[in-house]
Amino acid sequence: MNRPAAMSGSTSFWQRHQRRIAPWFFLAPGAFMFAVYVILPIFQSMWISLYDWDGIGEKTFIGIANYVELFDDDAFYTSLKNNVIWLVLYMLAVPAGLFVALFLNQTVFGIRLVKSLFFFPFVLSQVVVGLVFAWFYDPSFGLLAQVFEAFGLKPIAVLADEDYVTYGIIAAGLWPQIAYCMILYLTGLNNISPEQIEAGRLDGAKGLRMLWHVVLPQLRPATFIAVVVTVIGALRSFDLVSIMTDGGPYGSSRVLAYYMYEQALSEYGFRMGYGAAIAVVLFAIMMVYITLFLVRMFSEERGAR
Amino acid sequence: MFSRKSAGQAAALAAVLSLGLAASAHAGTLVINTDTSDPAPKAAFEAAIEGFKAENPDVEVKWNIFDHEGYKTSIRNFLTAEAPDIAAWYAGNRMAPFVNAGLFADVSDVWEENGLNDSLASAASSMTIDGKKWGVPYTYYQWGIYYRQDIFDELGIEVPKTWDELKAASAKLKENGITPFAIGSKALWPTGGWFDYMDLRVNGYEFHMDLTAGKVPYTDPKVVEVFDKWSELVEPGYFLENHAAYDWQEAVPFFVNGEAAMYLMGNFAVDLFKSGGLTEDQLGFMQFPEITPGLPKAEDAPTDTIHIPANASNKEDAKKFLAYVARAEVQSQMNEILGQLPTNKGSKRPEDKYLSQGFEMLSEAYALAQFYDRDARAEMAKAGMEGFQEFMVKPGNQDRILQRLEKIRSRVYK
Repeated sequence: MNRPAAMSGSTSFWQRHQRRIAPWFFLAPGAFMFAVYVILPIFQSMWISLYDWDGIGEKTFIGIANYVELFDDDAFYTSLKNNVIWLVLYMLAVPAGLFVALFLNQTVFGIRLVKSLFFFPFVLSQVVVGLVFAWFYDPSFGLLAQVFEAFGLKPIAVLADEDYVTYGIIAAGLWPQIAYCMILYLTGLNNISPEQIEAGRLDGAKGLRMLWHVVLPQLRPATFIAVVVTVIGALRSFDLVSIMTDGGPYGSSRVLAYYMYEQALSEYGFRMGYGAAIAVVLFAIMMVYITLFLVRMFSEERGAR
Repeated sequence: MFSRKSAGQAAALAAVLSLGLAASAHAGTLVINTDTSDPAPKAAFEAAIEGFKAENPDVEVKWNIFDHEGYKTSIRNFLTAEAPDIAAWYAGNRMAPFVNAGLFADVSDVWEENGLNDSLASAASSMTIDGKKWGVPYTYYQWGIYYRQDIFDELGIEVPKTWDELKAASAKLKENGITPFAIGSKALWPTGGWFDYMDLRVNGYEFHMDLTAGKVPYTDPKVVEVFDKWSELVEPGYFLENHAAYDWQEAVPFFVNGEAAMYLMGNFAVDLFKSGGLTEDQLGFMQFPEITPGLPKAEDAPTDTIHIPANASNKEDAKKFLAYVARAEVQSQMNEILGQLPTNKGSKRPEDKYLSQGFEMLSEAYALAQFYDRDARAEMAKAGMEGFQEFMVKPGNQDRILQRLEKIRSRVYK
């Protein structure tokens, strides 16, 4: 009633722009959290990577010396190579998941139980998966060793052999990852339009032709998600390496994420700057895929409009 | 940098002063953080704390037990953020990062006032940095070769005293289908024990200390000689096959089942050997044999310690606790529970078979090393032990490994 003039002016400003401003208010808490816990640490890591710092003492600015050292570090190249192997072999989870999903996508008695059993490894913690596989590979009492012995062969200590160890860990990682891709494809298969299948059938498509030309195109969103999730899963592989080998034997199963942890946070590490430099490199690699993902998402959203 | 530090010191001083005033009114709370998550160390500390409380009824003790492995990371957090009054840690270079960062308090006065320079003389050097004492040791234990007496008797093997005898014994065991040495190198540090002893026996204590202090290159002919000697055991396959797949505990069954006959380990392993079913008649202990004739024998004997953080709020009672734990009778009691050796020379001698043997060995030792990963800097230790593990799997890579270690040494100790 006897409100000051300025106030009433701002009220009308609010009324005029309410629809534009309101969403930002709703976004604010989330955006704030994202800025503090995601964006800020990214820049902080980049900043720390320019220092020599043990986490408790004085920081010393050393410019790009950490990066220079990184590019002359054998362990870094081992990790990088292993990350590439992870990326390539982890991709097997996508076709394997599709295959299992197709196999399970039928209506028989008890199929729900079978499906949930196949999904089981994804529910397990990675730590448990790692332990189970470590026992499986154990050269003295492990199942693999027993199988080898049954055929009269000398058991291979998979996790103690620099040539096999990374493949051994990836095999363990594929187990839950296949289950993940399977569930993505199973939901995708639910949404396939029966009319198109019917039409395909009338045109005489069967088997692989049906799969390739009729089913797969409809599964494209599922495939896209499966690929992205698998790539990111491969790049951030850490828990299995940590549980199964600690990066050993003599560092031959390290991946970038593990090497970063080892340098920055493990018992003998505490080189925060160097660890941060590794993190920045890993981030740069991940960024390629994340950008790809975002660009596609935006373009699809625009297409939908 | 300087001004900030001195400001910190002033603040600490003010805190101590104000605390001193408060303490005269009524004594405060003593917060103790330890990594004693295992049963024996936990019981030992419990006994010490109970005894301290009985003597100082006005002090309220708050004791936080951390997981043994997790402690190594948490100590860095709590020393800077919310410091306790007492923190457990390790001697030698392992405490250097905290001392250099000004996180541990100088306790030379506790040593002075309680005559510890005399009673803890054997551990004094490992507690000293820049001529000051930074904590109080309460226990240590010997390293050496545990062997299967029954298997040795059966094959007519005498306890080896020299390198040649050790090789001959190994050859004989191998002929009879028994792996001479059990080892599990997955966690890397067991390889450090082997390197320590090879270097201590081939080149002696002074050289080993210079090497772990980063003063000697890893490509030095003397280091090469260590590896050459070591490979006389590695090349013929005298170590447990696939050792890189096992932790040290996972290698114990081979030893207990008689598939392996010797195990270079710290005395803490005896507990596991015994619970695996070995009797004292079956299990023997020997000093690591001589390699270079006439060289005085130094031993590995890692020491566990307690410290006062620089940011502690109740330093007065903390110093009392340090002095209490340094006492001869307290150390006797704690170490009886721990199954380890007291650092105070006035403590009761242990009666246990292996401890009394270890006690004798260490009292005659020329000098004591802490352990590779406590004597060398952390970064160097990690890379070094990784190199040792690689060497024990692929002895042919020796030159490459040594060159890599040298590259890391010249960077770490620049």
